Amino acid sequence: MTDIPARQADGNSAPMAHNVPVAAGRAAEAVTTKMTARDVNVFYGAKQALKNVSIDVSRENVTAFIGPSGCGKSTFLRCFNRMNDTVDSAQVSGRIQLDGKDIYSPDMDVVQLRARVGMVFQKPNPFPKSIYENIAYGPRIHGLARAKPDLDIIVESSLRRAGLWDEAKDRLNESGTAMSGGQQQRLCIARAIAVDPEVILMDEPCSALDPIATAKIEELIDELRGKYAIVIVTHNMQQAARVSQKTAFFHLGSMVEYGDTSMIFTNPVQTRTKDYITGRYG
Amino acid sequence: MSLSLILVVVLALGAMAYWLGRSRGAAMVVAGGHRIGAVHSLPGYHGAWVALLALAPALVVLAGWAIVGEGVVTGQVLAAVPQDVRPVTPLDTSAFMNEVRGLAAGDIAAAFNPAAEAVAPQYRAIRGNYNLMVGALALALFAIGGLWAFSQVRPDFRARNRVERVVKWGLVLASVVAILTTFGIVMSLIFESIRFFQMVSPVEFLFGTKWSPQTAIRADQVGSSGAFGAVPLFWGTIFIGAIIAMIVAIPLGLMAAIYMTQYADARVRRVVKPMLELLAGVPTVVYGFFAALTVAPAVRNFAVSIGIADASAESALAAGLVMGIMIIPFVSSMADDALTAVPQAMRDGSLAMGATKSETVKKVLVPAALPGIVGGVLLAVSRAIGETMIVVMAAGLAANLTLNPFSSVTTVTAQIVALLTGDQEFDSPKTLSAFALGLVLFVITLLLNIYALAVVKKYREAYE
Ligand SMILES: Nc1ncnc2c1ncn2[C@@H]1O[C@H](COP(=O)(O)OP(=O)(O)O)[C@@H](O)[C@H]1O
Ligand SMILES: [Mg+2]
Repeated sequence: MTDIPARQADGNSAPMAHNVPVAAGRAAEAVTTKMTARDVNVFYGAKQALKNVSIDVSRENVTAFIGPSGCGKSTFLRCFNRMNDTVDSAQVSGRIQLDGKDIYSPDMDVVQLRARVGMVFQKPNPFPKSIYENIAYGPRIHGLARAKPDLDIIVESSLRRAGLWDEAKDRLNESGTAMSGGQQQRLCIARAIAVDPEVILMDEPCSALDPIATAKIEELIDELRGKYAIVIVTHNMQQAARVSQKTAFFHLGSMVEYGDTSMIFTNPVQTRTKDYITGRYG
Repeated sequence: MSLSLILVVVLALGAMAYWLGRSRGAAMVVAGGHRIGAVHSLPGYHGAWVALLALAPALVVLAGWAIVGEGVVTGQVLAAVPQDVRPVTPLDTSAFMNEVRGLAAGDIAAAFNPAAEAVAPQYRAIRGNYNLMVGALALALFAIGGLWAFSQVRPDFRARNRVERVVKWGLVLASVVAILTTFGIVMSLIFESIRFFQMVSPVEFLFGTKWSPQTAIRADQVGSSGAFGAVPLFWGTIFIGAIIAMIVAIPLGLMAAIYMTQYADARVRRVVKPMLELLAGVPTVVYGFFAALTVAPAVRNFAVSIGIADASAESALAAGLVMGIMIIPFVSSMADDALTAVPQAMRDGSLAMGATKSETVKKVLVPAALPGIVGGVLLAVSRAIGETMIVVMAAGLAANLTLNPFSSVTTVTAQIVALLTGDQEFDSPKTLSAFALGLVLFVITLLLNIYALAVVKKYREAYE
């Protein structure tokens, strides 16, 4: 654990530490570590995409990954729900834990892992099914609803939490793909919420959306904060500043700096971070 | 001087014309100091333009003569034959002229018909004269066209644009030929069918259930009045091509495609996919004897063993099974395309929800790809019902209207083959019914194809 960056939350080097107090900013309340990554390396074939990255993700906060494109943000995010397993050439090493359990160990079932760690993608990807069926997809797969009324309740509450109920309640049987881009993305968030995950990973969820839809998603993220541990990748620094309490800056496959968002944006330690924040590259 | 010799000469001269035009163009480029804009077109375009103008009229004349020449010569030769020995019917005329030509060319030494021997030298002379005249005309046109084009070769002459236009029209002509041929085939189908429907009512043909195309040759023959109810044929075609074959081909083809797109790793895919597609290249006659010699006896034995005593050697099941196997690569490649067209994001979305691979395939990928798959299946059906060799060899010719897969049935294509092979008069309802069957088959496959392609196209657009 030699290269955990300087601004990692104080006293948080023990991977399993719970309720570690953090000093700064909005994250001042007690936080619980939800996921930890230690010395994660990812190779695509012979090409190294991620170099020795370690991080702790807390349950109460929104954690943002920022950095120029191609620096490995998505690759790292996809380690948390083992989506890299679906890429044949990807090789992941290191340790990633969810509530202290190694998610890459043989006795971790990937189906259950992905139910606990949901994901929202860059481009809204609702299934070509009705809005209702989109939400019901996860609960059905994981056997969460015994009968139709149960399912109805899940669908409604998920849509409500995603702030989509009022727009969707009269068109539950219409195709999810017929909605606007912003609605589709909130539908995808609702779909992820429907299985009641503990962590939600979001990979540039607003990059395909217009400013108004983006604002709605950001609002939604703010509402979901605290209920789920949220990790969001974004190339938009204002967005990171607006929605996150913790920010990690990546560059060329390494994590350069990690700390409270307020500090990263006002007073970064590393010159590379400062250069990026001030728009010198990226 | 034979026409082919003239043609060779003209073509050789054409090559020369190209070379001359090109050389002159090249000389202009040199004179212009190789500057861009000094000479509008490259030397090759000037050469091509000269050759084109020289060759085109000459070739048109030669081609025209090749088509009408024999008729003109024949007319004159026949006029020289004494009235009393002159052949009258087209058949006799054609036999007579064959002899004359054979004698004139020296292929046969003596003719059966003395009159033919008498006019053979005349034929040779007339033919020779005409050929000479036509040859001279072609060369003259060649010279005029070539010289005129050659005189046009100047730095500012836009040979490139003209040659490009000629190329374009040449390509248009090629596609027009293809379309016109298809059109001609359809017209002949329609005309012959109309003749058939003058003898047999369309209602009886389309809705009658008895098919027995043998008609009486003599009035006193019994039992062969001819019945042209094609429903048993249509049923046999659908039973084999659209039902049994699809029961085999759809699941196997779809599963092969799912394996290939979702499970197989790149190495396996590289080897297995071409192998599967190779199946589509096996000549259908090979499938035919596989069906007739291997599958049909096995099916019969099976039928006997489960207690169907009168199982026939030819069966709908045997033909349908083999046809299904033949269609597998077709279905699988269409399904493969449809599945690959489903965006990766869809698959990722499902996997990220914790769905397994097979759940993802079953609940997201196949439903999303369904329109494409359905389109592919319809195309496969249209191929299957047009397929001939397998049914000719393994399905039989008995026009049974039956649901029993072990019994022999016949199809539209098998009947067409049976009706038109051997010596036939081309004006009996028996023969003409083949055209009506062909027309029905054509219309159905055409509609299927149009519909299927529309479905596939719409589906592709959905994922643009
Ligand atoms: N499936 C893949 N196969 C090979 N290389 C990949 C793959 N996905 C990403 N990469 C490479 O890994 C690096 C990091 O990519 P990514 O994590 O997508 O970056 P980011 O999300 O920060 O833009 C890039 O150089 C990219 O080219
Ligand atoms: Mg990315």
